[in-house]
Amino acid sequence: MSAPEAQIGIAERRSTRLPTILRGGWPWLVVLAIAILLPWLFFDWTKGRHSGFVLSLMSQMGLMIVFALSYNMQMGQAGLLSFGHAIFLGLGGYFTIHAMNAIDAGALWLPVELLPVIGGLAGVVFAIVIGYIVTKQRGTAYAMITLGVGELVSAAALMFNGFFGGEGGVTANRVLPTSIFGLGYSAGIQVYYLILAWTAIAVALMLLLTQVPIGRMANACRDNSERAQFVGYDPRLVRFYQVALSGLFAGIAGALYAINYEIVTFDAVNAVMSANALLMTFIGGVGVFWGPMVGAVLVTLLQSWVSLLSNSWLVYVGTLFIVMVIYAPGGIAGLIMAHRPFWEARRLSALILPYLRIVPPALVAVLGFVGLVELCTSATIGSHQGKALQLFHHEIDTSSPQAWVIAAALLLGGLLVTRYQSRVFATTWSTLTAETAQGATRQ
Amino acid sequence: MEVFLVTLLNGLVYGMLLFMLASGLTLIFSMMGVLNFAHASIYMIGAYLAYELSRHLDFWAALVIAPILCGLIGAAIEMYGLRKVHRNGHLAELLFTFGLAFIIEKAVQMIWGLVAVPYRVPSALDFSLFTIYGTTFPAYRAFMLLISALMFVAIWLLLTRTRIGLIIQAALVHPDMVGALGHNVPRVFTIVFAGGSALAGLAGVIGGNYLVTEPAMAFTMGPIVFVVVVFGGLGSLEGCFIASLIIGLVQTFAVVLDVSLADLLARLGIVVTATTPFAEILTVRLPRVGALLPFVLLVLILLFKPRGLLGTRDT
Repeated sequence: MSAPEAQIGIAERRSTRLPTILRGGWPWLVVLAIAILLPWLFFDWTKGRHSGFVLSLMSQMGLMIVFALSYNMQMGQAGLLSFGHAIFLGLGGYFTIHAMNAIDAGALWLPVELLPVIGGLAGVVFAIVIGYIVTKQRGTAYAMITLGVGELVSAAALMFNGFFGGEGGVTANRVLPTSIFGLGYSAGIQVYYLILAWTAIAVALMLLLTQVPIGRMANACRDNSERAQFVGYDPRLVRFYQVALSGLFAGIAGALYAINYEIVTFDAVNAVMSANALLMTFIGGVGVFWGPMVGAVLVTLLQSWVSLLSNSWLVYVGTLFIVMVIYAPGGIAGLIMAHRPFWEARRLSALILPYLRIVPPALVAVLGFVGLVELCTSATIGSHQGKALQLFHHEIDTSSPQAWVIAAALLLGGLLVTRYQSRVFATTWSTLTAETAQGATRQ
Repeated sequence: MEVFLVTLLNGLVYGMLLFMLASGLTLIFSMMGVLNFAHASIYMIGAYLAYELSRHLDFWAALVIAPILCGLIGAAIEMYGLRKVHRNGHLAELLFTFGLAFIIEKAVQMIWGLVAVPYRVPSALDFSLFTIYGTTFPAYRAFMLLISALMFVAIWLLLTRTRIGLIIQAALVHPDMVGALGHNVPRVFTIVFAGGSALAGLAGVIGGNYLVTEPAMAFTMGPIVFVVVVFGGLGSLEGCFIASLIIGLVQTFAVVLDVSLADLLARLGIVVTATTPFAEILTVRLPRVGALLPFVLLVLILLFKPRGLLGTRDT
């Protein structure tokens, strides 16, 4: 069968079989089903209530997914590195929280379920105003002007107390009488499902935006601005649309933030939040649509779960980020997608043994690194706070050299073996790549 | 009048400190196209090293050793980090320095704790030099001015009077051409990176006790130094110098001039009350806006003169 005939054949089959959403979209439906069912896995049947920690963690993941994906509309899809993306999240959050207070006071009637519309509107309005200025630039200059605007807005947030509430922020109550479904949103599970619904809507819309001409042109301008200009598009206008739309979704994320925490402070708008977007998106992977979602889940998990155990979760996120920048610029999603040709050629099993040889020493190195970081932290910050370092309920004396030597030895030994094994791994990888490429041409 | 003179001197001190940081960053940025986020972190390392060295040795030893150590750290970052990510493009280099700044801040917190360390002005310089209209001027500020002036002269001589300086100047504008002529451009990059880091370290040594030595110092100084570099323009040390002084003076004067837009309007006969629209913006006092002004300048210059004051090419 020649190529055009084959395409027609596929198109016919597509129309006769299941609807597209069920065919190409089944992984999305699986993820959605998991997201719906997962809280019930942690349901405490003896007490008859949900695990509050899991619910708040998953709510946070949902809004961070929207935030990271909206960031990737600029970074991955338009090639615009922004250091001020938290502006849109923060302002969306502030407007939502004021809207909640207005509803509470009876000055405004809006269903609780539609609050993210307010956040999205605030996000898109500010993205239009700010985007008009910043999209005059691209590349490094864009990074700097967004840094400047980001600092400007976050400095203003501490300056104008009437709107931003100063250091204390603005609080509101999400238990409002205006729900469409008559829900009170006092239970965590209701809030979680509300956030999940909006996350699903936002993710679907952002996925759609990558398929339509506007998203495609953003990719074109990212890859070659001049050629896009020859085709007849104004790259600046394309950048502007992309930034405005990304502001819309960041604003929705901000509204979800406000609903989830019932408080919006300076933390939602400052540079740390902007950096968070960058870390999540890059660690997850900018090249694949679902990459930032993985990053958002992972970083939120590290943030909430590791921070319970250790003071230094940011050290781990930062180190992960640096390692990714040096060795895997495609992020986690990029790493996974690199295996795809082998999967399609059914040669993935050839990688099992090399993986078994490289993962244990790498884990040992990670263990040594974690040990050193924890020793260091507990020797300074921990002792300052009067905490002691414990391992398997044994208190570890940070002043004796024993623990330090063991941790350092684990790190160095692990790194050396990993380094040696990575060469072996690289040779296997390249032979496998050559073989699958040959197989593909033979077919 | 006396307020004006003292503020002018303070602004000069701060501006020169900014220049010490920004000159290295301008050179690195212009030559390698890398916006080095870790530059202010090196400044912080310089301050902490100086604190540690002045505890065990003395301030004068720290003044010499800490910048050298910072230069070595810079060289190591360039040779073992930046070169590795260079093949992934400028964006990867920028992200690398960003991650590095992140980790350095956390590492400093891990080693020296979360609170500020007591790094003080050496007792030999802790006296008041002279008095203008009843306001004393500390000798340490004069010392800072002296050091930064010396550094300025040294850089200028190095760049204009020596062979390596000429190569650096050429590589600022046409790095590929310099490489084609047979010069080892990567080594020039390493030298510039190390030199810039040493200058940042020096700024840390003399600025750490003038300001505060704490883990957040890189984060507060970093964006302002970026503003200086962009404001001054790419590939121009003169522009960087002028921009440093402007930003230094603007920020210092903003702290002293206690006025607001409402006062200005009051002179025009318009009285601002709590019910006037935008009353909050109109009544905010200038000292509170001081931290904001550099970023206003940044946005303005990128809007109207994207190349900066004396920039020779686009960023």
